[in-house]
Amino acid sequence: MSTTLTSKPTLLAIRNVAKTFGRNVVLRDVSLEIAEGEFLTILGESGSGKTTLLRIIAGFETATSGELWMGSERLDHEPPYRRRVNTVFQNYALFPHLTVEQNVAYGLRVARRPEAEIEQRVTEALEKVKMTVHAKKKPSKISGGQQQRVALARALVNRPRLLLLDEPLSALDANLRRQMQVELTSLQREVGIAFLFVTHDQEEAMVMSDRIALLRSGELEQVATPREIYSRPATAYVAQFIGHTNLLKADVHGGVATCGSLSWQTSLPDGSTFFSLRPEHIRPTSGAGSNSTVRVRGRVLHQAFHGATELVRVGCADGLALTVRTSIGGLSPEEVELEFSPADAIPVRESPERN
Amino acid sequence: MFSRAYKAAVTVPPLAWVAFFLLFPYLLMFCYSFWSISPATQTIVHSWSLDNYTELLQRPTYWQTLLRSMWIAARVMLFSLLLGYPLAYFLSFYAGKRKDLLYQMVIIPLWVSYLVRAYAWKTILGSDGVLNTLLQYVHLTSHPLDFLLYSPFAVVLTLTHIYTPFTILPIYASLEHIPRNLVEASHDLGATRVQTFWKVIFPLSIPGVVAGATFAFVLSLGDFLAPLLLGGPSGIMISNIVVSLFGAAYNWPLGAAISLGMLVIVVSLLFLSERLEKRWSF
Repeated sequence: MSTTLTSKPTLLAIRNVAKTFGRNVVLRDVSLEIAEGEFLTILGESGSGKTTLLRIIAGFETATSGELWMGSERLDHEPPYRRRVNTVFQNYALFPHLTVEQNVAYGLRVARRPEAEIEQRVTEALEKVKMTVHAKKKPSKISGGQQQRVALARALVNRPRLLLLDEPLSALDANLRRQMQVELTSLQREVGIAFLFVTHDQEEAMVMSDRIALLRSGELEQVATPREIYSRPATAYVAQFIGHTNLLKADVHGGVATCGSLSWQTSLPDGSTFFSLRPEHIRPTSGAGSNSTVRVRGRVLHQAFHGATELVRVGCADGLALTVRTSIGGLSPEEVELEFSPADAIPVRESPERN
Repeated sequence: MFSRAYKAAVTVPPLAWVAFFLLFPYLLMFCYSFWSISPATQTIVHSWSLDNYTELLQRPTYWQTLLRSMWIAARVMLFSLLLGYPLAYFLSFYAGKRKDLLYQMVIIPLWVSYLVRAYAWKTILGSDGVLNTLLQYVHLTSHPLDFLLYSPFAVVLTLTHIYTPFTILPIYASLEHIPRNLVEASHDLGATRVQTFWKVIFPLSIPGVVAGATFAFVLSLGDFLAPLLLGGPSGIMISNIVVSLFGAAYNWPLGAAISLGMLVIVVSLLFLSERLEKRWSF
């Protein structure tokens, strides 16, 4: 499992960070490297420790153990106001008594930059997020999406080396959210600052990120590009968390994996293994078929319409149920015969129980 | 939704209460302030004139005492804020687990009778009181300091002691209302603790400061016990004059006129403070 993009130098190294609140272990042993200019997403369910990790990087929490390094500088000993890291908060945390413009200027004012420079940089930042016309308004007078942009401008105007974003889109409605996802990624490319983005939404993570770090109960399950994490999930948990999958528990014996009435060739050693089989890799049999595919008969139990495709739950002979992705009306409601290629059944590690 | 009878049953008693015990007395006072006392018979003459108000403006005793009362109230307000703000700030931001306990400790003095607290200062500040005895014992002075008791100083000190909790509570409430992520955002943007206080925390606590200041000023302005017990001749406040006009001096009309004047001052202050609070609330 590679944890860096080979092409770019490392910006921030998180080394063996752990955090406990009393007896409650929130982060176990997290090591992660963020490259210059990278869009890295920390993905996890609520309670996985993702926000705590972000707060440790920002300096609002102190790690129980472990280190943060930014180049040759030890970051975790610095107070928040001396870190070249800025945060976009979940509820934006705009100062209610200041105008949009004053909010954006805040970081530069406390750094006592010359007034001419402040004015120029604030104007630029507001232009970048298309908020120039609202410059004189108070935060309470603008919409959630606009507040979001102001929060971004307020952070970026300080030219941080790393921008932390704590579920910044979660308060927006679905349409605005998709629009902001696109805007945010293009903005990130434009400014070239590394983004560390925290979300619980796997779709959002897939759309926006260069790499995804999947956090589960305070430990990293996998760190990889969206493509890789989807097509080569490392663990059963990852396979289930990212998109839909069929998780098949198979017994491997003499190069053959068996799960109920299904069996296929594998190169794995003997023992019990989980395989992840994506719904789109299962299809109705076409004509004669070939020997290289695995076939199974079943009855349609349930169909869920998803717009362009449909997810169909098919019950097979031995109590096994498979989820299949088809085009609309792709499966007749009665008896169907399905097939998949053994190469699409990806062996995954079992995720150990943690709490 | 509710029957007419039910609505009447719940609204009439409180309205009647307010009308009888608030509006009616004010109305009565309003009328009295235009009447006068007949010098011959020493009875109240029910003829309308503005004489009481002209006397108020012409006799320096009255408006000078009023100015002195306002000056005392202003000092009480200032000292209460200077004492109360840091305490409320500490309570809200740094008290941690002891927050509830310390909060109760602010409240508890309010349960002790005003008189007891005022008398306590009398025994502390008197010429053979605790403070003077101590000062002479350590040879800081050879004679008892006589400006301690029966002076405006004693009044300001006592009123500050009594009304500081009234400033702490609204300031504390407004500090508690500040979302903590604003403080984090400020640090995140590079502001130190001091910068964060002056640029974020203090501006957002102004409604509490205004409310606390209003409490301290208005309550002190109308106080008559502290000047009576500790003020001496130089510490007389306007309420003491009102009390004597309604009592020994037997001039209800003039007393009513002064009371109404104070009422106008207080109501304007409340109005002003509400405007200020609105201006600074978000």
